[in-house]
Amino acid sequence: MDHLPTLVSEARDAIHAAQSVSALDELRVRYLGKKGEVTALLKGLGKLSAEERPVAGEQINQAKQTLATEIDTKRQQLENEALNARLAAEKIDVTLPGRGQESGGLHPVTRTLERIEGLFTRIGYDVAVGPEIEDDYHNFEALNIPAHHPARGMADTFYFDATRLLRTHTSPVQVRTMKSSEPPIRIVCPGRVYRSDSDLTHTPMFHQVEGLLVDEGVSFADLKGTIEDFLQAFFERDDLSVRFRPSYFPFTEPSAEVDIQCVMCSGNGCRVCSHSGWLEVMGCGMVHPEVFRHSGIDAERYTGFAFGMGAERLAMLRYGVNDLRLFFENDLRFLRQFN
Amino acid sequence: MKFSEQWLRDWVAPQLDTQAIADQITMAGLEVDAIEAVASSFSGVVVAEVLTKEKHPDADKLNVCTVNDGTGEPVQVVCGAPNVDVGQKIPFAQVGGVLPGDFKIKKAKLRGVESRGMICSASELGLEEETSPGIFVLPTSAPVGESFREYMQLDDMTIEVDLTPNRGDCLSIKGLAREVGVLNRLPVNGPDIAAVDASIDDIFSVCIEAPEQCPRYLGRIIKGVDVSVDTPLWMVERLRRSGVRSIDPVVDVTNYVMLELGQPLHAFDRDNLHGGITVRLARNEERLTLLDGQEVALRPETLVIADDKGPLAMAGVMGGENSGVNEKTDTIFLESAYFTPLAIAGQARSYGLHTDASHRFERGVDPALASVAIERATHLLLEICGGQAGPVNELSSSEHLPAPCNIVLREARLESALSKRLPTEDVTDILQRLGLAVDKQVDGWSVTAPSWRFDVAIEEDLIEEIARVHGYNNLPVRRPSARLALRSANEAGLTQAQLRNQMVARGFQEAITYSFVAPDLQATMLPDAASPVLANPISSDLSVMRASLFPGLVRALEHNLNRQQTRVRLFETGLVFNGHLDNLSQIPMMGALVCGSREAEGWSGAKAQVDFYDLKGDLESLLALGGAIDAWRFEPGEHPSLHPGQTAKLLHYDKPAGWIGTLHPQVRAKLGLKVDAVMFEVRLDALSEGVIPAFEPLSRYPEVRRDLAFTVKAETPVQALLDCAKAQAGDCLKDIKLFDVYAGKGVADGCKSIALGLTWQHASRTLNDDEINLLVDTIVLELRAELCAELRG
Repeated sequence: MDHLPTLVSEARDAIHAAQSVSALDELRVRYLGKKGEVTALLKGLGKLSAEERPVAGEQINQAKQTLATEIDTKRQQLENEALNARLAAEKIDVTLPGRGQESGGLHPVTRTLERIEGLFTRIGYDVAVGPEIEDDYHNFEALNIPAHHPARGMADTFYFDATRLLRTHTSPVQVRTMKSSEPPIRIVCPGRVYRSDSDLTHTPMFHQVEGLLVDEGVSFADLKGTIEDFLQAFFERDDLSVRFRPSYFPFTEPSAEVDIQCVMCSGNGCRVCSHSGWLEVMGCGMVHPEVFRHSGIDAERYTGFAFGMGAERLAMLRYGVNDLRLFFENDLRFLRQFN
Repeated sequence: MKFSEQWLRDWVAPQLDTQAIADQITMAGLEVDAIEAVASSFSGVVVAEVLTKEKHPDADKLNVCTVNDGTGEPVQVVCGAPNVDVGQKIPFAQVGGVLPGDFKIKKAKLRGVESRGMICSASELGLEEETSPGIFVLPTSAPVGESFREYMQLDDMTIEVDLTPNRGDCLSIKGLAREVGVLNRLPVNGPDIAAVDASIDDIFSVCIEAPEQCPRYLGRIIKGVDVSVDTPLWMVERLRRSGVRSIDPVVDVTNYVMLELGQPLHAFDRDNLHGGITVRLARNEERLTLLDGQEVALRPETLVIADDKGPLAMAGVMGGENSGVNEKTDTIFLESAYFTPLAIAGQARSYGLHTDASHRFERGVDPALASVAIERATHLLLEICGGQAGPVNELSSSEHLPAPCNIVLREARLESALSKRLPTEDVTDILQRLGLAVDKQVDGWSVTAPSWRFDVAIEEDLIEEIARVHGYNNLPVRRPSARLALRSANEAGLTQAQLRNQMVARGFQEAITYSFVAPDLQATMLPDAASPVLANPISSDLSVMRASLFPGLVRALEHNLNRQQTRVRLFETGLVFNGHLDNLSQIPMMGALVCGSREAEGWSGAKAQVDFYDLKGDLESLLALGGAIDAWRFEPGEHPSLHPGQTAKLLHYDKPAGWIGTLHPQVRAKLGLKVDAVMFEVRLDALSEGVIPAFEPLSRYPEVRRDLAFTVKAETPVQALLDCAKAQAGDCLKDIKLFDVYAGKGVADGCKSIALGLTWQHASRTLNDDEINLLVDTIVLELRAELCAELRG
């Protein structure tokens, strides 16, 4: 009993000196185990008098408690050190790029078409598509462009034979839709169109989006509102100036070309707008009664408007592309710029 | 059409500057394309007279002249032009003057002789593009000392308008002036055109055999003309400013009147005409040598002007070489006719021609103009070339002339079309100023269109005219309103956008290639393909419609490989064209091509090249998108573009729906490609077909899994093994996984080991070992019987 303090101090030194959790475990067994040195002292209590016993018992239990706490503290310390060492060893360079496939991207024309479709479908237009090899009737005749009409010279047409051709615009989809459905009709028709023209500013294939709205009481004012809203939404410019210039399309009347304030120079004049401050971006008009007649729609009851735009033109303005031909070279260095 | 601003202002005089006029007509639908000064800027050039001319003492080709430039003292100048002569009035650049190109005129010595100024040619003054052969000789009436710019009235602009096909009425100064008059509420005044009295009786007989095509024909003989005279400078200048070159006085007058009034005219040499004129359709195998020297074989629907010997001119398009006017012509036969738009439309183009005359006739020339124009031309011809005019011989077929159009415009319709009520008097005023005869009625207007407006025939035409003159931008703006009606939406279907996005997520760039390809490329890749061929391709490289997306993708690959892009992952959606025109299918497809390393170059060391299975994985991710991958099967197949051992045909519900495979090494070699590529092409309609998810209750009972490895012949397709195992595995089979394919050590030569993991689960009870063992035994037996598959120990 007398050597309890020595024993405790000896045990303490050992605990402090321990280098591992297993060494600590050994110390716990050696001092506090069933056959441990401190536990052994408890067994000697019987030899003491009834007065001495509780005091001594108290001292031994306290010593046990102290050593147990010290072992736990030391264990915690050792575990923390081990964890820190492991974490330090497992450090990686988080700035290295991740593994696996990179994302690709949509073609800028598709991106533009989807954006246009999105603006219109959100307010209730449907998307309609049609064949690209068309017949003379749907591409011209039904759109009030009879054979030999000078307007046929407006679009140089690719022909297969006397009556089959590559559609020169997406307008035939209008006719097909009007023939197969009843007003109210609200559609946009995106797609490839073809004209035999190839130079700096023309490619023999390009993309158009055609829009058509037919209902009772549709007026030129509705057309103006729709086009203005669309262009301002497309360019995300609420203050974009839009103007309507009288023009001629055989399938609409009145017809208009639409100019916007140049988005490159804000209308101050630059190379892109030929220093006019205005950019011609689309054509539109009220559906011609002759087109309604061909499509089986009562032109007295219904009126409507149609509009058409070139997707490449809008993509060039939106993204600042300066060469139309890049759209069809499929150069990855070009395509990746739109990812 | 190009016109001179000064010329226009002779007819109508708005208080607007050039730009304001251009803006105004542009906003009225006559789009101004360009405004250019009629002469470059230069200064210090005056009208002078050549007083003396002597040979230069030291230079054969030079002359030493003195000129009177109005400053008093004669000025000595050295001149190299061969045509300089005493008495000429010439443009003279004085010392201190500046010619176009910032060319300053200084005192100079030319081979020892002092020269103080320069006698100018038209090209030196920027009035001609080509270098002029000699100095610009002015009429003798030109006043010495006057500024050359003022004398020539060079402070003028050429305005070019791009007229839409419906506005043939504006293809003249008269028409443009009329339009400017309407927009500015101004009177329009042209020159007085009075009938020229005949001073001789000569007429030339004309017969119209095709009155439907030519309802009106006017002819007149002018005798004793002198074609060798110069066309007056003012006329040459007006023609030049309108983009027309001076030829000879007769041609110049016909062109001038066409520009001024809009009526194309033609002058024949009377002495080359035989018998009488007949206006008729061409007969079979008739030939005609045109003014431009080309000989054409005429088709029967072509309207011609013929004499007793044959066709003289393609009516309304171009005259013939042998009947035209030349410098020796003494008597001309002047033609002023109305050919209907339908008779001329398409004709010129079908012969590859486009002339000022055909351009106007196919858009419509005012039928009332023919007689005015012939008088105007006669007057000018007599004034310039002299001669005596015979009477006008007019033939008209009133039943074939366009009848005046009577149109009713309803006030209510006008208001609803424009969402604006315009004051009645404004509408009446606009219509009247446009030349329409207006009769105001209770609820609208009854109007008659003028003979020059071929584009005004129905109520909408009038609404457009009113809107146009009122100004589109002065009309109200409104948003359409519609019922907010929901419509059903197909949940099972996938949109093209979803499919494209999946490809993007798998690292593909979208390509858009031309729908027409080179025939040899298509023949190399798809020798059996039949697809429509363009009759008029832009180039032979783009002449046949693609029967597959493969050729375009391969071309795009090539483009990128040539630009050091070695890792290529491209996809495209679009139509492919199969069959002949009469049984054509235009099928939307999605195609893809991969080439190069599996992953982008990086630090992680995945440098392996892509192979069939990489692209198949991408494709399967598309097939799985709609939740219906079970509808799809891959079967070994043969495709002319693809490696015979690495090609699968895709079946969608057992119907062929596409291909996937490695580019055939031979095809690759023919295309000159040095790298492997794997491609697929699948029908978009099949890809878009998905299913609506159907819930199955989750079982509370445990799964049982058994892994089985089999040895089979190397050529046995795994799909066959999977199909066979599935068929024998009973209703409780939840999943079958292929988790290893191995060949090599431990497996017999010519064989491979396939490891399958099968998982069973029952909905309402625990499966016991016995029943699973029974199923496994059946599978093993069946695989052995069907595919000679041996269970590995």
